[in-house]
Formats: sequence, C-alpha cells, structure tokens
Amino acid sequence: MRLIVPLRGVIQGRGGLFVGSLIPCCLFYFLQLYLKRRRPPPSDPTELPRTSSLSNLFSRGNSIGRVRVSSRAVPVAKPSDSPYYIGLERVKTDPYDRITNTDGIMQLGLAESTLCFDLLQRWMSENLMDSIMQSDDGEFDISSIAMYKPFEGLLELRVAFADFMSRIMGGNVSFDPSNMVITAGGTPAMEVLAFCLADHGNAFLIPTPYYPGFDRDIKFRTGVELIPVHCRSSDNFTVTVSALEQALNQARKRGSKVSGILFSNPSNPVGNILSRETLHDILRFAQEKNIHVISDEIFAGSVYGDKEFVSMAEIAELGEFDKSRVHIIYGLSKDLSIPGFRAGLIYSFHEDVVNAAKKLMRFSSMSVPVQRILISLLSDVRFIEEYMKAHKQRIRDKHIRFVEGLKQLGIPCAESGGGLYCWVDMRSLLTSYSEKGELELFEKLLTVAKINATPGTACYCIEPGWFRCCFTALADEDIPVTMERIRQLAESSKS
Amino acid sequence: MTRTEPNRSRSSNSNSGDGGSGGGRTTGMRVIVPLQGVVQGRGGLFLGSVIPCAFFYFLQFYLKRNRKNDDSDNSGERNSSSSSSSSSSSSSPNSGLPDPTRSQSAGHLTELTGLPRSLSRILLSPRNSGGGAVSVSGRVNCVIKGGGDSSPYYVGQKRVEEDPYNDLGNPDGVIQLGLAQNNKLSLDDWVLENPKEAISEGLSISGIASYEPSDGLLELKMAVAGFMTEATKNSVSFDPSQLVLTSGASSAIEILSFCLADSGNAFLVPTPCSPGYDRDVKWRTGVDVIHVPCRSADNFNMSMVVLDRAFYQAKKRGVRIRGIIISNPSNPTGSLLSRENLYALLDFARERNIHIISNEVFAGSVHGEEDEFVSMAEIVDTEENIDRERVHIVYDLSKDFSFPGLRSAAIYSFNENVLSASRKLTTLSPVSSPTQHLLISAISNPKFVHRFVKTNRQRLQSIYTELVKGLKELGIECTRSNGGFYCWADMRGLISSYSEKGEIELWNKLLNIGKINVIPGSCCHCIEPGWFRICFSNLSESDVPVVMNRIRKVCETCKSQN
Repeated sequence: MRLIVPLRGVIQGRGGLFVGSLIPCCLFYFLQLYLKRRRPPPSDPTELPRTSSLSNLFSRGNSIGRVRVSSRAVPVAKPSDSPYYIGLERVKTDPYDRITNTDGIMQLGLAESTLCFDLLQRWMSENLMDSIMQSDDGEFDISSIAMYKPFEGLLELRVAFADFMSRIMGGNVSFDPSNMVITAGGTPAMEVLAFCLADHGNAFLIPTPYYPGFDRDIKFRTGVELIPVHCRSSDNFTVTVSALEQALNQARKRGSKVSGILFSNPSNPVGNILSRETLHDILRFAQEKNIHVISDEIFAGSVYGDKEFVSMAEIAELGEFDKSRVHIIYGLSKDLSIPGFRAGLIYSFHEDVVNAAKKLMRFSSMSVPVQRILISLLSDVRFIEEYMKAHKQRIRDKHIRFVEGLKQLGIPCAESGGGLYCWVDMRSLLTSYSEKGELELFEKLLTVAKINATPGTACYCIEPGWFRCCFTALADEDIPVTMERIRQLAESSKS
Repeated sequence: MTRTEPNRSRSSNSNSGDGGSGGGRTTGMRVIVPLQGVVQGRGGLFLGSVIPCAFFYFLQFYLKRNRKNDDSDNSGERNSSSSSSSSSSSSSPNSGLPDPTRSQSAGHLTELTGLPRSLSRILLSPRNSGGGAVSVSGRVNCVIKGGGDSSPYYVGQKRVEEDPYNDLGNPDGVIQLGLAQNNKLSLDDWVLENPKEAISEGLSISGIASYEPSDGLLELKMAVAGFMTEATKNSVSFDPSQLVLTSGASSAIEILSFCLADSGNAFLVPTPCSPGYDRDVKWRTGVDVIHVPCRSADNFNMSMVVLDRAFYQAKKRGVRIRGIIISNPSNPTGSLLSRENLYALLDFARERNIHIISNEVFAGSVHGEEDEFVSMAEIVDTEENIDRERVHIVYDLSKDFSFPGLRSAAIYSFNENVLSASRKLTTLSPVSSPTQHLLISAISNPKFVHRFVKTNRQRLQSIYTELVKGLKELGIECTRSNGGFYCWADMRGLISSYSEKGEIELWNKLLNIGKINVIPGSCCHCIEPGWFRICFSNLSESDVPVVMNRIRKVCETCKSQN
C-alpha cells in the first residue's frame, strides 16, 4: 500500500528545483488573473474599496466643514509660479505708456502685434457691419447670426480659411475644408488635439525651448505629459532626430507611453523655421515609432527671413508617409493680429480625430457673428494680399531695428526667420551661469529695468541666459527706450 | 537549458528506480491520480514546465480576445490577426514581428501595473507591429462612437437639418420641436432697439482685436449681472466679480464638473433631465452621472428621500458623490422649484457636504403666472459663507436672450477657488471680443432689457397656452409648465406597448408620419415611457394648427392600429 500525498514530489523537493518553483508560480498567476478579472477596472481607482472608505470617512468627518473643490482644480486655482505668467501679471499692474506712464513696465512678454492695426481698422470700419448683417437677399436677417450653427464652423468659413492658409504658405499646398475644424482660438485647438491623441498619463515629445502656454493648454485638463527634448544653442535650437530618439527611449524606459511629437514651426520662442529635410526626418521618425505629429503653425504667415516656410501638410501630402498621423494647428491671432477674435483651427488627416473634434467643439466653438466677420475678411483677397505684404515687411523692419539695437549693446540674438519675437542671448549679463542666475536677471529686468521678457527657464530651455523678447507691440520710438533700459542694467551689473 | 539537463537526468534515474521497486511491492492496488507525473515531478522537467506554460498561453489568448471587444474596432482587428499569427509560434511569440522598437517595449511595463509581466508584453507587441495606422486615444473613442449619435435626440436633429419645415418654401418639411431656440420671438425688437450705429460703436478695432480677459470684460459682466437681476425680478442682486463668462452653457457645465469632481466621482441628477448632461459632464472630465428618477405621481418633483437613497446606494458601491445638478426652471418639464424645495435641497447638500449646480438657463423665460421663480442665489443670499460656497449657478445668455449663435453663458459661483480655476479654464472656451461687445451693446440698456424680458414672457405665455389647449383637444395632457421653452406631454395613451420600445416607435411615427421632431422621454432619462418634450419657442401662433393636424394624423394611425 502506498499513500498518495498530493504534490508529494514538490513538497519533498523531488520534482527538482525547476518544477517545484514553476508549478506554484503558475498557480499563482492563475489566481492573479482570476482576481484581476473579477476586480473593477484598475483605471478607476475610486472604486477600490480602500479609497472609497477613506473618502467616505473623510467626507463624514468634514460634514460641517467647508465643501471642497476637486483635487485637480486646486493646482489650477493656485496662482502660477512660472515667470511667464508672473511677468504678464506684473505688467498689468503697471503698464508702460509713452505719455501717461513713462516709468511703467515695457511689455516684451506677449506675442501680439500692433503693426498693422491701421489696415485692419480701415477694413473694419468699411466692412464690419455689412459682414455681420449680410444675408442672401441683401436684407438683414438676424437668424443668420443668432441661430445654432454647426459646431465645427460654417462651410463658407472653412473654405475661406483653406484658401487663406494656402495663400500665406506660398501656394505650395492646398487644404481640404472637410479636414478642418474651427475652434475658438489656438488654445482650445491644442487641448482638443491633446485629448484626442493621448490618454491620461501618455506623453508628447516636445523640443525645448517651447512656448510656456503649452503647459496650461495641454496639462490642465487632459492629463497628458510633455517630455522635453533638449535642443542646444550650438544647433541654433533645432531639433534633431537623434535627440528625439534618445528622449523617446528614455521615456519608454521610464514607462511612459509616448503618443506624439509636438513642435511649433516657425518655432516659438526661438523663431527659426524648420527646413524641408528636418520635417521629412521628423515625419519618418514618427512613422517608424508609430506616433502622431502635431505641428503648431500659428506663425506661418509671420515669416520675415529669407528662409521659406514649409507646412507639415505639404510633407504629408507627398504620399511618402502615412498622413493620417499629421495634425496641424493654425489661428489668426498672430498672422492677422486679431487675438481678440479667438480664431483657431485644427487641420487633421485623421478621420476619427476630425469627427471627435467636431463633437468636442460644443465646448469651444466660435460664435456665429465672428464667423461672419471672418468670412468676409478672409475672402477679401485684395485686402489680404495687401495686409500680408505689409505685415511681413513691418515685422522685418522692426526685427532689424530691435536686433541692431541689441547688437550695439553687445547682446546677440539667435538666428530667426519668423514669429513676433527674437531669442536673445543675455548670457553675458548673468551673475552666475545657472537657472538661479537667469531668474535673478529676469527679476532685475522686471523691477530695475522695467522690462518684461520671458526667461528661457519658463520655456524649459536647458541653457541659462536666453530670453524671449516680443518686439511687434513696440512702437519705433519705444525701441530706444527699451535699449536704454537694458544698457543701464548691463552697466550696473558689470560694475 | 544546460543548467537543467543534469537535474533532469538525475530525476529520471530516481524515477525509474522508484517506479520499479514500487511496482514490485504493491501489485494489487494502484490509485490513478490525474497528471500524477507532473504533480510529483516525475513527468520530467519538460512536461512539467511545458504543460502549465501552454495553459497559461491559452488563457492569455482567451483573455486578450475578450478584452478586445471594449477597444476600437480597428485595433481589435490588428490584435486578433497578430494573436493568431503568434499562437502558431507560441514558443517564441515575438519572433514573427519585425519591429525594431519592440525591444524597447519593455519600458511600457510599468504602465500596466498589476498585470503579470509576460502578459503585458504580449499585449504590447501588436501595438508596435509597425506599418499599422496610428491610433487615437482610447478616451476619444467614446466620443466618436458612443457619443449617442444613434439616440433619437441626434437622429431627429439631423432629419430637421435635411428637411426643415417652412410655411412657404417647404410646407411638408419636418417641424423642429426638439431644439430649444427662440427664433420667432423678440428678435426684431433687438434690431429695432439697436440700430447698426449702436452696434458698430462697440466694435472698434482696438477694442475687439487685442487680447482681452478671457473670462469676460468687466463691462459685460456688469451688463450680465444687470440682466440676471432683471430676469429674477430684482429679488436678488448679482455681483459681477463672481461671474465667469464661457462660450456656452455646455462649457460652463464642463468647467464646473472639472472643478467640483475628480475623475470617477459622480453627480446626482434628478431625471427627467436635459439630454446634454451626458456629453457635458461625462465626456472629457471623467465624472459620472447618477440619475435619480422622479415619477409622474409626484408631478416629476424630486423628493429628498429618493435623493438620500441614491446617495447611499452610490456610497455603498464606493462612488463618491460630489454634487447635485438641478435645473430650475426644469428642463424638460418646465416646472419651478419652490422655495421650500430649494431650502430642503440646501439642507441635503449641507448634510452630505456636497455641491449644488443650479442650471438656471431659463430664468428669464418664466412665463407662468401661478408660480414664482426663485433663484438659488436668492436662497443662499442670507446664508453663511460655508453654505454659499457650495452653490454654483449656470446662466445662459443664448437661451433667454434668444441668441444661441452667440454662444455665451456664465458661471456664477460663491466659491473663490472655483472662480479662480474657472477663470483660467476659460482660455480653453473663451467668448471672443466681438461677441462680448455685441452683447454689451445689446444688454447694457436697462430699459430695453426690462421691456425685452417682459415681451419675451408674454409671447412664450401665449404660444404655450395655445399649444396646451390644442394638445388637450387631442386628449394629450401636459404637466404644468411655468418656465422654459418646453412642455412635457403625456402620450402614454398613444404608445402601443408601455415600454421604451413603444415610446421609440411612437417617436418614429411622429417623425416620419407626422413630420415633427420631438424629444422622447428616454433621451431625458425619464423612467416612465410615453412622455415627450415639445419645444414651442420655435413656433409662431399660426404654426400651432399645423402641428396639431400632424399630431392628430399620428393619433389616428395609432388608434387604427390598436
């Protein structure tokens, strides 16, 4: 007679080390899997028993206390600690004015342009009311502006936008109105795209230095991370595929999923224009890694250098790559200098993204009267031609004037070809070559010299000492004032 | 493998010796144990490791296949095709896929915490199998597919868009009784009162082109506060500094949901409710909606007992309730919440320490004489700060002001944190400067506002009376509506079966035979079938007989079928 002991071999170690360890492991896996399937989805942590009991206790204990806002709203409600926003706030309290407040703070932190207001003023005074009030039979029909209209924008507006965009991009590329969704500004366009392309906790690669506003636009509500890809002054802050590759690998090692690459072209804050080859390389890289490409081309019409601007749409249309991964953001705030209109758009080659964005526009669509104004503005080809010519010419003049002034002070700028700003190398003014030194200089610029420029730290630049200065809101006579202020600061820091 | 070889030979030696001697001693009886060899380790290392591994792989494939159904269709195809290819070479499941990035895919492992390691690796490989189309985010799939496009609400809107009724141009078209807009009312007044010069005055270029505060100009906030005060018949005065302007009530509700609740939390919503909440609250914020059904027996008034029960049921399930969303005047029933009700609600919220979102988009469209509209702002006006902080009001200029194309709404909150957070969030759904200036020029004249609100009320009242009278003649009763653009009609007598299916059948008949687009109760999450929301603000009085004739036609077909 022999007693049967279950798993005797294992217990006695006769099964060998391998089997003895493998079988319990397998059993354990099965158990885990079983348990996991029975559990509610892990993406929903509040349904875990522990958290809920905690929160229940919490609310009970607090029932006479104040009601709380959601934990994700708390960081939003707090005042921002980024120098970008601190500077903007400070200017609001004490803005410079040539006549009334000559000691006020000079605004070089906000990318807005007043260069062509005279042209806009003329157009608006001639056409504004007609554009809102127009209707088919020539008589004013209020229902044409008051009623609910499709969220993604009137077809006429999308056609006008497509035409306008291909015009300012040199006519090399045509845009399809059906791939277009009109938004209430570039900011919501960015957020909606981030929501559509990445899940909570996923990430975008973004070459630094980048526009400080992206932090808010993307991170506030969507929970998407931004992974900086550091670019250096030795490359004139142009992104390289090897840097992208390295950042992607590091991110994957850390366990975050990268859903796309986001960059602005012409770049903000440096102002350089990506070459056709670079765009090719980026798209090829994205194709290889199967990720999205978001190109922010909001400064496409504000190009003043000799270098030609190439839209990502043009590269995508070549047919060499799968274009459904390409998404473009555009807006009129910079190129037409009408930020108050909050006119932006998403141009995407991905059908699902277009459909989803259309539906999400219930939250940030453009009001119909504004759409009417824009339709007549954008379809007035003669005006647009005249405006764009003047716009480019005036930025170029202003840029030369501003850069020349800085050069005389011994302060160089990075090479740039587009945008309403220049990227100024103030390394010579730093007391210490570090982030701390840069923020000290920022503080000095703001309080002593009374100039609000955006420090590189706010743009996540890896090298300290660079500042973004927007010059398009300055009048010609303000430039000497600004230069004088910087000169005094430079002298005081040297002594 | 080389390490295990000596083990194997050793164990097989001992096996043979053991088996031989055992067989000699116990000749009579032998118990058969399934997989005894494996269990005792006698089956050899190979079988002992291969069999559990194979089981495990099969299990994985099974799980993977099931999981797929939740994902998007195209990723499902990709996954299943790759799983079948890898199952054929299960010993080396990754070798068939020529993607260079897969070696890095181990970096993804931590994102799937709690999963056994090898499982997550297999799940990852199809995602990286190169050449496939790039996929959109998972959360947007519910917007694209689950957005409720097949719900009668959107099907009906679409039909109206394709074939809209026009008394001269298209007398056979579909009459829009589904969407709350107010196009027959008061619009001419607005133009008469505001000649072109007055509007263009506000629209000078420096005023409209440059950056403005995205939460609204102070001028506009003052005008809106004035308008709201007027709409509530001066019973409460609104403080402009507590207003945040957004582009439409949808975004106002979304911003509030974001600020008041975390992802996975929930709001209580008494039903029938506005169909829009499903999108506004849930889509991007990840906040859930828990419906609290109200019944016709209570005239669709909510009772605190039911609210309480819903609150505890949710709590038991581990869902944290952060607030309650009410609409007053109610959408769709049009009833007004009494002062007692509002106090009871505030007590409830205080006891449970939750927020109240009071959706008062129809505050200026109260047309009934019997009841008085009481704003939540009035209730908390006298309360302490602690209680005021839990109250947030959504106000819509597009509804009352008959101007949905302007897409402007306001959040009125007593909570400093909510205000400062939503001010920043309005950059994501701003009101453009031209729109703001248009609104300022339209509503900053108090005399005009006063007259406007009055005319609006009168017109709503007369058309409502007309419509209800007509419906009554057809034997269709409505609940008493005192505010808003809707009446809530009881068509239980017309449905063939007392169920949601019967209701949708009737809705289909109304749309296809009667050619009128109404909203069935199921869209408003009403638990009783047979109720329909009819929006009358689109109608002029001459349209009412047309509508009645069409409904009569449907009634007759229903009766003949029965």
